[in-house]
Amino acid sequence: MNKIRLIVWRELKSRLTNKTFIIMTVLAPLLIAGFFAVMIQLMQSDEKEQKLLVLDESGLFKDTFSGKDDVSITYSKQDLTKAQSEFVGKGYTCLLWISPTILEGGAGAVKLVYQKSPGAGFQTWLKTSMEKVLYEYKLRSNNIDPDVIHNSKTSVKFIIQKVDDAGNVQDTGDLGFVGFLIGALMFVFVMMYGMMVFRSVMEEKTSRIVEVIVSSVKPFELMMGKIIGVALLGIIQFLIMGIITTVLISLVSLFLLKDANAKYQLFKDQQEYVKKHGTNIDLNQLEKFEEQREVFDMLKKFEKIDFVQVVVCFVLFFIGGYLFYSSIMAAIGSAVDSEADSQQFITPVMLPLTLGYMIALKTVMDPDSSTVFWASLIPFTSPIVMMARVSSGTGVPVWQIIVSLVTLYGTFIGTTLLAARIYRTGILMYGKKVSWKELGKWIFYK
Amino acid sequence: MNIISVNNVSKRYSNHVALNNVSIEVKPQSVFGLLGPNGAGKTSLIRIINQITGPDSGEVRFNGELLTASHVNKIGYLPEERGLYRKMPVGEQVVYLGQLKGLSGSEAKRRTKIWFEKFEMQTWWKKKVEELSKGMQQKVQFIVTVLHEPELLILDEPFSGFDPVNAQLIRNEILALSKAGSTIILSTHNMGSVEELCDHIALLNRSEKVLDGSVKDIRKQFRSNRFKISFSGQVMGFTNALWTSAEIVKREQEEDIYHFELKAAPGVTGSQLLKLVLPVCEVHAFNEIIPSMNEIFISQVSNGAELENTSNLTE
Repeated sequence: MNKIRLIVWRELKSRLTNKTFIIMTVLAPLLIAGFFAVMIQLMQSDEKEQKLLVLDESGLFKDTFSGKDDVSITYSKQDLTKAQSEFVGKGYTCLLWISPTILEGGAGAVKLVYQKSPGAGFQTWLKTSMEKVLYEYKLRSNNIDPDVIHNSKTSVKFIIQKVDDAGNVQDTGDLGFVGFLIGALMFVFVMMYGMMVFRSVMEEKTSRIVEVIVSSVKPFELMMGKIIGVALLGIIQFLIMGIITTVLISLVSLFLLKDANAKYQLFKDQQEYVKKHGTNIDLNQLEKFEEQREVFDMLKKFEKIDFVQVVVCFVLFFIGGYLFYSSIMAAIGSAVDSEADSQQFITPVMLPLTLGYMIALKTVMDPDSSTVFWASLIPFTSPIVMMARVSSGTGVPVWQIIVSLVTLYGTFIGTTLLAARIYRTGILMYGKKVSWKELGKWIFYK
Repeated sequence: MNIISVNNVSKRYSNHVALNNVSIEVKPQSVFGLLGPNGAGKTSLIRIINQITGPDSGEVRFNGELLTASHVNKIGYLPEERGLYRKMPVGEQVVYLGQLKGLSGSEAKRRTKIWFEKFEMQTWWKKKVEELSKGMQQKVQFIVTVLHEPELLILDEPFSGFDPVNAQLIRNEILALSKAGSTIILSTHNMGSVEELCDHIALLNRSEKVLDGSVKDIRKQFRSNRFKISFSGQVMGFTNALWTSAEIVKREQEEDIYHFELKAAPGVTGSQLLKLVLPVCEVHAFNEIIPSMNEIFISQVSNGAELENTSNLTE
């Protein structure tokens, strides 16, 4: 046991002090947070204030552009050619000319002239407001009240609830894509650390230090020391990266999303208020949040995810999945002399892992299908698929999680014992191209 | 009691037999040479003694006890194909490997420092192995092997890769360790060093032990009744005198002195030959040709038929 501890410590230390590791661990969260910040920056329009001069020759748009905060509108009866040459000098940023034939539609009925582009958002806004005016005008000219049309539209929104065997009803968020992301993260982690074990074993073999070491410790101890060392490294890296990312993203949203956060709080407060007081309130008094509605609904679903459960499950399934795959990877690493020879062994091992990744994708669409159910229990795919299920907020029964974990850890013991037998022979076998059949034989060596 | 007793050990791999019923005895504080051509089974035997692999049948005893995991700390092993962690600093690495052999961290560090001083390599402590030359790496490996002061040292081709100066350095260290009381099993192709260092040898060929004994006894055993004589005088008279008693195998002449190699007829001794030729010529030198270990090795390994006979001889 003492010797395993020495090996674990060496594995851990040699990697923790590795510059690439340190850079990776710090840089990755920085990149994630930076990406997040840039995304927010991009989404928050930084459109400049627009001064729009409107030459409306159709007469349909008088006073009908609904206000946008950062747009000021001036109507004019000027001649187009004259206005075109003068509007910039007069301090306008854009000139909108509307032809008298606008109702017939077609290209050339509207002209937007500017010196500096006002941005796509502005143009979209302009276009939709004009279309709305024309739509309502046409309805009216056919003696239809636009309000009738508006009021005949009904938006349907689900509250999704799940009922368990005992009949308890629970709200659920169907955040399949979050589940998929977490599942994908698991895939990356298991593969990354599995490969790390593989490389480490192969390095010891090709540098020929392994014979010296196995004259001091049992091959099984060496293999386990290595697997445990890399596992600890994984957990440390996961925690460091998780903490840095969380801190950075909180900072980013604190500074960049101040307004949005306040709005979101208001949104939630209002919903609470509506819930409490039923429908006996004047809904018109409430703020509508038309633009943010979807995002806010999504955020509310996020809050349904049990983060403690997700983190605990992630760590447990990572350890299980990692141990399961890394013991196989250690066996493969011991059997080959160079990375080039390893492909024929690694590909079949990656296959079930990739399958898990694809089934995690199915979790998004069809979280309760039997494929997903079984894949979340069978060890080859369970770390990924179960994680996807747990984190998509669909409420996985605890017994399923436990069964999945027990099966995973049980199989891990089995694969490790088999892997150890291959490993023991493989590390001392040089200059031989091994086949699967050969590996099978090694298991039965005395 | 012998420090190592290998009793009837066999080891089989899927497509070949590595060891077939091999037994050896290694006396404490001796230097034991384990010889044999490539693929004879030396490394398999060494790995079994090191508990890297187990025998299919037979047993190995260390000081009379069956091998257990606790014995690995009493053995130092320098494999033929040896390596170190390329990216790990040298000092740290030696200390780590010493700890794996059961030394405490501080003790391993103290001893490493002593050895580094001895080999004048104090400045290497923080260097990475990949920055060292091959010879320098070999020295580090040697230190790793002896750091825990093992009772038994197993050195597999210890001189390969060393320049003559460093080879001598290692040779002296081996002799010093042997004098200090360590037992050494030396596996090598270098017959010169076998004659110089070994007290006792075993020769393996094609998975079987074909020779076993002290270096002196074995060389005696391989006397083929050949003699070398240097004389001056009549060659005709000389050959006539030996007519029925010996056959002349080789003749050389250096001015008026002849150097002949003789193979005595069965039952004829050296002194009888000498008696025959003394009356007819002036003898300057006469000695028996005792084969070198190198010749014995080659004859044993290359000649299958002879191999049968000699294995009877060694029983």
